[in-house]
Amino acid sequence: MLQIKNVQVSLNKKNILDKIDLSIKKGETHILMGQNGAGKSTLAQSIMGHPNYSVKGEIIFAKQNLLKLDPQQRAALGIFLSFQQILEIPGVKVYDYLKLLYKTSHEKKLTPLKFKEFLKERMVILNFNEEFLTRSLNHGFSGGEKKKMEVLQMLVLEPKLIILDEIDSGLDIDAIQVVASAVNFLKKEKESSVLLITHYSRILSFLNIDVVHILSKGKIIKTGTASLVTEIEKKGFTNFLKA
Amino acid sequence: MKRANLQKLNDAYSDKFGFSMPEKSVLSFDFGLSQKIIADISTSKNEPTWMREFRQQSLQVFRKMKLPSWGPSLAEIDFEKIRYFIKNTDVEKKTWAEVPDEIKETFDRLGVPQAEKEFLAGVKAQYNSEVAYSSLQAELDEQGVIFCSMEEALQKHSDLFKEYFSKLVPAADNKFAALNSAAWSGGSFVYIPPNTHVKRPLQSYFRINAARMGQFERTLIIADEGSSANYVEGCTAPVYSEYSLHAAVVEVFVKKNARFRYTTIQNWSGNIYNLVTKRAKVFKDGVMEWIDGNLGAKTTMKYPSCFLVEEGAYGEMLSIAYAKSKQIQDTGAKMMHLAKNTSSQIIAKSVSLDGGQSNYRGLVYISKAAANSKSKVECDALILDKDSATCTYPDMKISGENAIVEHEASVSEIEEEKLFYLMSRGLTKTEAMTLLVAGFIEPIVKELPLEYAVELNRLIELEMEGSVG
Repeated sequence: MLQIKNVQVSLNKKNILDKIDLSIKKGETHILMGQNGAGKSTLAQSIMGHPNYSVKGEIIFAKQNLLKLDPQQRAALGIFLSFQQILEIPGVKVYDYLKLLYKTSHEKKLTPLKFKEFLKERMVILNFNEEFLTRSLNHGFSGGEKKKMEVLQMLVLEPKLIILDEIDSGLDIDAIQVVASAVNFLKKEKESSVLLITHYSRILSFLNIDVVHILSKGKIIKTGTASLVTEIEKKGFTNFLKA
Repeated sequence: MKRANLQKLNDAYSDKFGFSMPEKSVLSFDFGLSQKIIADISTSKNEPTWMREFRQQSLQVFRKMKLPSWGPSLAEIDFEKIRYFIKNTDVEKKTWAEVPDEIKETFDRLGVPQAEKEFLAGVKAQYNSEVAYSSLQAELDEQGVIFCSMEEALQKHSDLFKEYFSKLVPAADNKFAALNSAAWSGGSFVYIPPNTHVKRPLQSYFRINAARMGQFERTLIIADEGSSANYVEGCTAPVYSEYSLHAAVVEVFVKKNARFRYTTIQNWSGNIYNLVTKRAKVFKDGVMEWIDGNLGAKTTMKYPSCFLVEEGAYGEMLSIAYAKSKQIQDTGAKMMHLAKNTSSQIIAKSVSLDGGQSNYRGLVYISKAAANSKSKVECDALILDKDSATCTYPDMKISGENAIVEHEASVSEIEEEKLFYLMSRGLTKTEAMTLLVAGFIEPIVKELPLEYAVELNRLIELEMEGSVG
């Protein structure tokens, strides 16, 4: 599904990621962990096509070379990235916006009534009050509400590859569980693949993890199974890296 | 912006808004301005002596006055090349069936019939210089509301007309008010009786359809004590290569405890000088709201004002200016606090793109007599590219005690991060830009009648398609 081969990423001529190899198969869930500044978000944004990064190497998704596509084209292939810094867009009504997202990502048209049902089903998963539909996108939302709005957009887009950049930071355990159930919903319904960036193991207990990658100073230094997480939890990053 | 795109945009614009129907004028006068032409206008309208004299005196005032020494250049206007009066149909039409097909077609393309269906309160549509169609719903008649052309009001409601006409904007106010006073033709007259509430908006459509034709409509509104009403006017005009002038005068009287809202969407084609004097006088505890959207025209100079003359009066201005290539939108508001406990608010938003320039020019005046008054001014400018510009000229003159005056101004660009955010959700750059611009002006757009809001958002979409290369 996703193949990252020998990727090097720089920002303003400063090297951030080097020799990254990573591949995710259909339906797999991968975890990316690492200390602050290791380059996790840079990798996520490079896959999505952030214009500030200069990327060398190969990123292949659905047999297409992503490096030749702009973010909109990548999204159209079925890639989704939840942001760590979630931007507020005043004046854009959540309902109208989600309708637009649905239109860009689905061939099948829905009547307004059916679309409302489609939304409602997804908002229930997230414990989201319908009142949010009439508000401006992320405008004046709390940190937790913004995260849930990211997940709601994901549920509307139904992406093939879900990249979640610290979606669990700042969420209480109930909200984390809700987010995990949304991810599981898409895995079940759409066989979506997941690349989850996190600092904490809490969300992992609600997900079936296939592979764990450890990123340090711009390189993937270790790839393994879920047991890696337990090891890091015990030792802490610094000791883990020394070992 | 790439030239090809600009061309494409112009074509699309021309196609969508710049159509023009063949002219079929019953009566029209020669070019240029003279005592004779002004007298001919009076004769054709069968005007009383006082109005004939008023026009002639105004012409003298116009000749003596100079162009404004500030603001955008108006030097290109050649007053001798303007046709001052065209009468399009000889009688006003009372029913839709009687309206000539040619005019109907124009309205069709403007979307008027839909509005007609929705707003049964009565459509006042101005075609060329005179009101071509007017249908007043029984509801308005029953309420005693007068909503008619200025010409009809002068004949049928002469005392009321004379009591208020030109009392707020005298001919000598500025050169273009003087010109309008001399050559005015068409426009609406509205009188709302005391304690009467008009629920549906009173609508009028303005349109210039003849090259070199000056349009000098005049609007006079009296909202009597305790009454309330909304007035809506909108315009989309054909594209012409010759310079045209639109110099309107609007006077609104808001009596004790009355509320009045005046909404304008102006989308003149890119060759027109749009120089409008709008003024409201607000009495005790009265509320006046101006909502003003300026999208088109070559140069717009418009600063609607509120004279808050009695205690507790409130004035508000919400405006959007949208300046594209070769356009200058020089707009703002004036809030004149002349009595105690008066308050006002100005929210001005502007979008500049493709080399357009939008300026905010405003005045908040709090006189000695206006103790405990407050005013809030907020100007937000959005600039879409490096070729475009914005300026703010906020003037404040405050001598009243305990005045509270706030002024906030911001200039922003479309942030790359926001574009990336929206594009990563599958929106094209055009869609993302449209969304961000629409979001920026949403606080004003939400105050517009629905069909105007829809039209405005469509227009922005069209512009964005052209400007995102």
